[in-house]
Amino acid sequence: MRLDTDPYLARYADRVTGLAASEIRALFAVAERPEIVSFAGGMPDLSVMDLDAVATMTSDIIRDQGLIALQYGGGQGRLELREALVDLMSHAGVPATADELIITVGGQQALELIAKCFIDPGDIVIAEGPTYVGAVGAMSSHQADVRHVPMDADGMRMDLLEELLVRLKAEGRRAKYVYTIPNHQNPGGVSMSEERRQRLAGLAVEHDLLVLEDDAYGLLGFDGETGTSLRSLVPDRVIYLGTMSKTFSPGVRTGWIAAPTPVREKLVLLREAADLCPSNLTQLMIERWLRTQPWQEQVKRYRALYQQKAELMLETLHNEMPAEVAWTTPRGGFFVWLTVPTGIDTSALLAKAIGRRVAYVPGRGFYDDGSGSDQMRLCFSYPPLDRIREGVSRLAELLHDELGLLRAVYGDDAPELAGRRGTGSARGPEASA
Amino acid sequence: MSGPQPRSVAVLSGGMSLEREVSLRSGTRVETALLEQGYEVERIDVDARLVPTLERGDFDVAFLALHGAAGEDGTIQSVLELLRMPFTGSDVLASSLAWNKPIAQGLYARAGITVPERITLSQLAFRELGASAVVDRIAARLDLPLVVKPVTGGSSLGLTVVTSASDLPGAIVGALSYADAVLVERFIVGTEVAVSVLDGRALPAVEVSPKDGRYDFAARYTAGATEFHAPARLDADVVAACERVAITAGTTVGARHLWRADMIVDEAGVPWLLEIDTCPGMTETSLVPLAAEAAGMAFPSLCRTLVELATTGDGA
Repeated sequence: MRLDTDPYLARYADRVTGLAASEIRALFAVAERPEIVSFAGGMPDLSVMDLDAVATMTSDIIRDQGLIALQYGGGQGRLELREALVDLMSHAGVPATADELIITVGGQQALELIAKCFIDPGDIVIAEGPTYVGAVGAMSSHQADVRHVPMDADGMRMDLLEELLVRLKAEGRRAKYVYTIPNHQNPGGVSMSEERRQRLAGLAVEHDLLVLEDDAYGLLGFDGETGTSLRSLVPDRVIYLGTMSKTFSPGVRTGWIAAPTPVREKLVLLREAADLCPSNLTQLMIERWLRTQPWQEQVKRYRALYQQKAELMLETLHNEMPAEVAWTTPRGGFFVWLTVPTGIDTSALLAKAIGRRVAYVPGRGFYDDGSGSDQMRLCFSYPPLDRIREGVSRLAELLHDELGLLRAVYGDDAPELAGRRGTGSARGPEASA
Repeated sequence: MSGPQPRSVAVLSGGMSLEREVSLRSGTRVETALLEQGYEVERIDVDARLVPTLERGDFDVAFLALHGAAGEDGTIQSVLELLRMPFTGSDVLASSLAWNKPIAQGLYARAGITVPERITLSQLAFRELGASAVVDRIAARLDLPLVVKPVTGGSSLGLTVVTSASDLPGAIVGALSYADAVLVERFIVGTEVAVSVLDGRALPAVEVSPKDGRYDFAARYTAGATEFHAPARLDADVVAACERVAITAGTTVGARHLWRADMIVDEAGVPWLLEIDTCPGMTETSLVPLAAEAAGMAFPSLCRTLVELATTGDGA
């Protein structure tokens, strides 16, 4: 007798076939335990949030606009919120009109809608390597063929992007869009240089490209500076993506897309098919937050806190990591990207790390092509300061031991372990520690 | 029965083990089943507060849905024995013997069971005895392909099939992330079969055929990723041999109540025992519930049987 553990199997769409249980996901179930210092989840530290202000504001909304807050809304999102977001974008030097915006359920829905809007199975999408794991998920659930372009300390390598574009052209193929996180990239922890932004805008015109500019961390530069938005350079070639998850709270699940009007119209129709409309309640919360609260002060508090945490992480890495380990130096955002010597597989090592009560995200998840096994992402934004020091110490001790083990197991055949620090890795952002 | 019918069951799951997620899935399913059977059930995530939680709870019996270290290696069993609380599954000694694959395989071989040729190498051997010098010789001695796995733990975590000698050191380093020592075994080609033994009797053998060839973590826990046949599509005498192996192996380490024996049946019909699991998975895709189902025993009655076995006193 054949036993079926999934009697629905024959009914699934093709795009579901790749979805499987994962060992790494299972290990994260342990990483969530309080005994473990987790650098895994990329979460904001809400401890500096003015909860009293949020409480007052929310009860005011229910009292003053309760029947709106609890009702359905329009698929594009509330005009008042879109106007407030246009104002917020102007603080980052991003031009937009309220009509070009559509409110989404976090940045993740924006990524999903855009993938759904543009990607047919097998279509090519270009992304930084490594790139945001949620974007990889959205693109691969629409069966995209994701091509990665490596980064260095100045972000995506434009010479390699151009090479790829020329190669694709020669094959008679073209990318549906180029996905980039130019500011404080997740997971790379680097930003695209001004020169490269200009170059990308130039390539977009030259090669008739559409660019998806994911600006989740734009306002979180430690020095308060914002890089030139790609949308400001070539507005008709850029779909811009913003989120309130990092500057306010991920719990309100609010992001937005600014897109050229024809695209925006398609996106509204797609979103109505997906979930009709965003929540009026959370839209009203953000509307009020941006209009009545000192939101820029809140962003400053986040920035200062994350800078302090990043500096502590970098200092501890510098003092304690083996010389063969390299990492990026973020100037904003949430993440440090770490490269270990070849021979250490960060996916396998996670089990041992959890045994030492520290967790990170192995590099492989940030690529669609299986690379990244010698890399990992460390999130500094969420753990408290004393836990950051402790966690990095645990990780450093583990890597010291692992290098010793590697030498002992490989003997004379040990992979090249000499001085990685400062030389950068072949893949992923260049180390500048 | 040695006393009144048990009413109140503590289902222990979770914990800090690497198999935490699988254990939570087992625990959730067991809880639902026992509630359906009319028990009072409390789910307990095993942590430093375990002892006071158990003492406060006034439970009649503990149902172990724990996988991985602490839950399966005899640790939790020692605590429960100290508390004189009856529990499902094997005692301290049997758990710790079966948990350590090299020791258990040595015992199985002594009992006349066919086990794959194997070599155990510890981190210490590499660090202090210069064992890297023997790595080259492993492939020569056992022949490729080889299976490299941590000496303890389940769910195929840390397991690699090595087809080229140059991949061996990397596989060893990987497996050492999960345990202090690794087992390098000759890869046995054949049909993968799991025989569950409940209260001393073999349940129908389950044949495991993962759709993409490897029974790895994804194939184990993704519904539909593996095809199961129960009873296994093998000759009756081969099935009988598998059952004998499963029962003998469990008896050899002194296992009780329920265990699962994983084996490969080669072309000649010989079952090669890989290991036995004394606290087997109870998820929707796990082998023991599938075997029980094939025997006409629904999952809730399997859980009830285990609770009753745990409270019959001698626990044999």
